[in-house]
Amino acid sequence: MLYREALNLAYHEAMTADESVVTLGEDVGFYGGSYRVTEKLYEQFGAHRVIDTPISEQSIVGNAVGMAIGGLRPVAEIMTANFALLAFDQIINHMAKLPYMSNGKVQLPIVVRFPQGVSKQLAAQHSESYEQMLAAVPGLIVLTASTPQAAYHGLKKAIELDDPVIFIEHELLYNKKGEVDTQARFDPFKAQIVKPGNNITLVSYLKMVDDVMTAVPEIEQQLGVSCEVIDLNSLNPIDTDTLKTSLSKTGRLVMVEEDHKTGGYGAQIVSWASEHCFYELDAPPLRIAGLDTPIPYNRTLELASIPTPDSIAQQIIQWGKQNGL
Amino acid sequence: MEKLQLETLYYTMVLGRQFELAAKEHYMQGHISGFLHLDIGQEGLSVAAMQAFAHGDVFTTYREHVMALARGISAKSIMDELFGKATGVSGGRGGSMHLFDPSHFFYGGDAIVGGHIPNAVGCAYARKLQKADNGVMVVFGDGATNQGVFYESLNNAAAQKLPLIFLCENNEYAIGTHIGRVCPFTEMAKKAEPFMPTLSVDGMDAVAVYETVTEANDFIQKGHGPIFIEAHTCRFEGHSMSDANRYRSPQEMDICKDQDPIEKIKPLLDSQVEANLTEKAKQEVAEAVEFALKAPEPELSTLTDHIFCQGGCHHALS
Ligand SMILES: Cc1ncc(C[n+]2csc(CCOP(=O)(O)OP(=O)(O)O)c2C)c(N)n1
Ligand SMILES: [Mg+2]
Repeated sequence: MLYREALNLAYHEAMTADESVVTLGEDVGFYGGSYRVTEKLYEQFGAHRVIDTPISEQSIVGNAVGMAIGGLRPVAEIMTANFALLAFDQIINHMAKLPYMSNGKVQLPIVVRFPQGVSKQLAAQHSESYEQMLAAVPGLIVLTASTPQAAYHGLKKAIELDDPVIFIEHELLYNKKGEVDTQARFDPFKAQIVKPGNNITLVSYLKMVDDVMTAVPEIEQQLGVSCEVIDLNSLNPIDTDTLKTSLSKTGRLVMVEEDHKTGGYGAQIVSWASEHCFYELDAPPLRIAGLDTPIPYNRTLELASIPTPDSIAQQIIQWGKQNGL
Repeated sequence: MEKLQLETLYYTMVLGRQFELAAKEHYMQGHISGFLHLDIGQEGLSVAAMQAFAHGDVFTTYREHVMALARGISAKSIMDELFGKATGVSGGRGGSMHLFDPSHFFYGGDAIVGGHIPNAVGCAYARKLQKADNGVMVVFGDGATNQGVFYESLNNAAAQKLPLIFLCENNEYAIGTHIGRVCPFTEMAKKAEPFMPTLSVDGMDAVAVYETVTEANDFIQKGHGPIFIEAHTCRFEGHSMSDANRYRSPQEMDICKDQDPIEKIKPLLDSQVEANLTEKAKQEVAEAVEFALKAPEPELSTLTDHIFCQGGCHHALS
C-alpha cells in the first residue's frame, strides 16, 4: 500500500466508526486532495463531512478549534508546512492553549496534518520544515510518519486522541510503498528500531530515515561497525527510554534531520542526550542537518542545502575516524 | 488604440504564448522542474495590464512569466531562471515562481497565496510618502481574495488613500476548486465595493484591459486612494504542470479556449505584419531556450550568498 493510501484508509475507518469525525482544507473534497490523501472521501462521506475550504489557513485551524468546542472531531489538512505558518496564531494561541487556560474544561480533539520538506525544486516558499517550532509548543502532540504502517496507525491514533495533534508527513513519502498490517500493535509514541546495531545510534524521522538507511551499508563497511537506526515517530513527547537503551549499548549518537541546523529539532535530542546520557557516550554527538539557508531552486544547490545519503555517509565516516572507530 | 501600440501589445502576447509553450516543452524534457504555472489563455490580461502601467511598481504571484516579459525583463533571463541557471533573473535561486527585477520595478513572483498583497500596500505607502509620480499595482487570483490579509489590505489602502491598483485575475479556479464552492458569489469586485471604486473588464480582451488599467492608473495618480479591477479570465492549462485539469469538462474547456485573447487581436492587424511579429516572437523564444541550455549553473560556493546583503549592510544600518 502507498503511504497516501494508508492515510486514506485511516481516514476512511475513522470516519466510518465515528460520525463526529470531519475533515476540512483546501481542495480536500471535490478535487480529492492535492496529494490525493483524501481521495474519494467526498463521495463516500459527503460535502458536509469533507469540507472544501477557501484559501484561508488561519480560518481552517480556527474553525477546527470551534468545531471541536462544538463537539466534532476535526482533521484539518494544510497543503504544506509553509502555509501552516499562516495558521500559527490559531495553532499556538488557541489550539494549544485553550485546554490549559480553561482549567481543562475545553477539550480539543483536533488533528492538523500537513507535509513538509524538500520535494524537488519547489524553492524557498514551498520547501521548509517546521517541526522544531511546533515541538517547542506546550500543549501540542507532534507525530510524524515515515512509513505507510506509521502513517496508517499514527493518523488513526491521532484522530482518537482527545488532545491537539500536529501530524507531519513528508512531500516525498506519499508514493512510498510498504506493508500495512491494520491488526498490528503499533504505538506512534514509541520510537522504532528500524535496524538494530551495536556501535552507533543513528536517530532521525520522516524521510531522513530512508536516507540514513541508504547510507548505512557504506558507513558499516568503511568503519567496520554496526549501526542502530532509530525512527523517533513522535517528536513531542519523545520516547527517551528507547534512546537511552540504545545509547547505553552503542555509546555514540548521530542525529540526522532535514530542517535548518540552528535551532533545528535535533538540537533537542542532542541536548537531552548530553544531559541524561553523558556517561554512556564515548564520543561527542554528531548532528547532520540542513544548512542555515532558505532552500534554493537550482537542483545542485538544493541538494547541497540538505542531507543526502551520500553526505550523511561521508560525514559519519569522517566523524567515526576522528573518534576512534 | 494606435497602430504601433497595438502591434507592441500583440507582439508581447505572442511572445508570452510562445514562451509558455517552450517552458511546457522543456518542463516535459526535464530541463525545468518544480512547480510551473502557465499563463496560457491569460496573456492578453497580463500583457495589457503591464503595458498600461509601464512606470509603476508591480507585485504579483507565481503565474508571472508573461507579466515579467511585458515589463521588459528579457526572455533570456526569465528562461534561464526557469532552467535554474546563474544567468537567470534571480540567479537560479528563485525559479519559475520567483522572478524579481527591481530595475524593472518587478517584485516577484510570490508563492504564498495573498502574502504579497500587504507588501504592495507598504510600497504604495512609500510612494505616497515620497510624493512619487508612480503608484503600485498588485496582481492576484480569485482564490487569494479569501485570505484575511486581502481584506486587511483593502481596508488599509483605502483608509490611507494609497496609490494602489488591486488587479484580480478571476479565472474562477483556485487549483481544482471552483470559486462558487467556497464563496457565496463569483464576482470578486463585490468584495472591494465597500472600500473603493471598482471596475470590471473582460480579461480575454487585451484592448479593453489596456483601457481599464489606464483609467485606473489615472485615478490613483489623482490621490483619491486605491481602485480595484476585476478581470474575468480563463486559463487554458491545468493549475500547474502537476495538475491534470480533470475538474473541468471538455465543454467548459471549449468555451474557455474560444476566447483566445491572441485570436481576438489578430484581425485588427495587417496579416503580413501579424505573421512577421509571430515569426519574430518564435525566434526570440528559440534564442532564449538555446541560451538557457548552454548557460552556466550557479557555483556551489555561492549557496549561502544573499541570505543577507553583502558588503556589510549591518554596518550601514548602525
Ligand atoms: C498560503 C497558501 N495557501 C495555499 C497555497 C497553495 N496554492 C497555490 S496556488 C493556489 C490557488 C490560487 O488560486 P488563485 O488565487 O485563484 O490564483 P490562480 O492560480 O488561479 O492564478 C493554492 C491553493 C499557497 N501557495 N499558499
Ligand atoms: Mg484563480
